[in-house]
Amino acid sequence: MREIAEIFAVFFKIGAVTFGGGYTVLPLMQKDIALDRKWASNEEIIDYYAISQSMPGIICVNMSMLIGYRRKKIPGLLAAGLGVSVPSLIIILMAAMFLKNFLYLDSVQHAFNGIKVAVAVLICEAVLNMWKSGVKDWAGRLIFAVTLAIFACVEISPAYTVVAGALAGILIMRRSA
Amino acid sequence: MVYASLIFEFLKIGVFSIGGGLATLPFLYDLADKYDWFTRETLIDMIAVSESTPGPIGLNMATYAGYAAGGVPGGVAATLSLITPSFFFIILIVKILDKFKENKLVKSAFYGIRPAVTALIASAAIEILRIALFRTQDFIDTKNLSDILKYGNVALFIIIFYLIRKLGGHPVFYICGAAVFGYLLNL
Repeated sequence: MREIAEIFAVFFKIGAVTFGGGYTVLPLMQKDIALDRKWASNEEIIDYYAISQSMPGIICVNMSMLIGYRRKKIPGLLAAGLGVSVPSLIIILMAAMFLKNFLYLDSVQHAFNGIKVAVAVLICEAVLNMWKSGVKDWAGRLIFAVTLAIFACVEISPAYTVVAGALAGILIMRRSA
Repeated sequence: MVYASLIFEFLKIGVFSIGGGLATLPFLYDLADKYDWFTRETLIDMIAVSESTPGPIGLNMATYAGYAAGGVPGGVAATLSLITPSFFFIILIVKILDKFKENKLVKSAFYGIRPAVTALIASAAIEILRIALFRTQDFIDTKNLSDILKYGNVALFIIIFYLIRKLGGHPVFYICGAAVFGYLLNL
């Protein structure tokens, strides 16, 4: 029971400080899940992210549920899924009820500008961490470069990237085997 | 009965929206056309609030849309319905993964997926850097190279980057610190 409560608390904290889309959760997961608690390795975090963004649903919720399920089966899954969602519920309901105009205040905008910069640093850090644990040889660097180039030129769904990466991995491993 | 349709619609979104972030947006436009819960114009407000408050955007938007349709119970119903399909998908996927975990094909697939996903996040990072540190529009307007950087933001970026490498510490600490600095220095 204590561990279920801890799962809920950890993901509650993550849900409360994520700003923006799915990938903004990565630096928090790397710190809270991989580094501090060893509930998953950095590599597993990347794998979970890949799975979560290629399946239906909210990326961050999917990732949390995956990690929760791995820890403590269905109770862990529920604790993680609810933990990461409840902050949104509380914050948005309060914002919708009381704070709508508050968000447009100049001073609040300045604070958000600062937050944007911090998030930019955190994402760069996350990419460096992912590079260290996920890109290990020339083939990896090639897949990285090609994917980045494609993303810079055309707008395609990230789900295709995962499929293409998987196919490339299978082809490369087969040739080198 | 607004709650029954809310639950049904958001279960549907939970099953069909793939890709996170604003992937639920087209579905919400559809809801705006189909019901009188909110308009397409209010949706823009919802995006602004969802992006500038803590929490994953997709969840924030669902809570907001549900609230607009049916008050506080509506917000709770929409959010819980949105995450319910994930519950079943995750259990299914973990069962399949565990069965094939030692499979060579699955291992090589993940070997290729990791660099691809890293590139995906890198491209997102570049976009965030552009928004946070550069004023592209001003530069296009004035053609003056000294207008292209947000100097205060660049300085803050360098400071945070240095501190986080040197001291480590929890991301929350830096997010809160940056908010205070942004407020104090009028960034």
